[in-house]
Amino acid sequence: MSEQSSAPSRLSFFRRRKSCPFSGPNAPKIDYKDTRTLSRYVSERGKIVPSRITAVSGKKQRELARAIKRARFMALMPYVLK
Amino acid sequence: MPLYESVLIARQDVSTTQVDDLVANFQNVITENGGSVGKTEIWGLRTLAYKIKKNRKGHYVLMNLDAPSDAVLEMERQMRINEDILRYMTLRVDEHETEPSAIVRNKGSEDRPRGRGRFDRDEGGEGRPSAGRPSSEPAAATETPTVEAAPAEAAAPAEVATPVEGEAS
Repeated sequence: MSEQSSAPSRLSFFRRRKSCPFSGPNAPKIDYKDTRTLSRYVSERGKIVPSRITAVSGKKQRELARAIKRARFMALMPYVLK
Repeated sequence: MPLYESVLIARQDVSTTQVDDLVANFQNVITENGGSVGKTEIWGLRTLAYKIKKNRKGHYVLMNLDAPSDAVLEMERQMRINEDILRYMTLRVDEHETEPSAIVRNKGSEDRPRGRGRFDRDEGGEGRPSAGRPSSEPAAATETPTVEAAPAEAAAPAEVATPVEGEAS
């Protein structure tokens, strides 16, 4: 429990900054058809998860949001999940 | 000529042969207007994420186009007229992907719920899933409950009489 990488805790001061999952070599391409990947970045409710939680870079987050919205329009992903 | 990628959803009631005819028709429109059609993927009958014009399912077709914009406009116009087309989306792309798209690759294992809600937060009862769990219980299943939300959830039914969670159920 020394390295809490995912849970934001006030106790751990040295939280390692996660790098963007879409940056760097052999990173997955953001594609609106790839709902498997996109579904990892929406909440249980179907909302787009902010990048401060997912550590996606700003540029990639915009790309990701666009892809999710496209997938929603084509009914590949839901707008709301109950 | 610019490259486009076009996805369309046809009604669930049309047969697969009719979908083929429909696609051939649109491809014809493209070629007549001086374009060419690359890879065409028929994803088959997929369940829509939400109902569109009372349809729960739809035939998905993806077409890679290399066509002038007039041809695409004409094709889209005919798609709007055609009642069998529920929805379409044409995007301009920098390059076509030649290998099968992600939909085809993930086929077969798409129904398997996997890794859902890894980054889910507990947002004060708003995003409560109605998965058979009684709403009065605090959601202990979420992986990263925020420090403020969890005790507030547990205390809410005891002291506050107004049922906030009532609308979620």
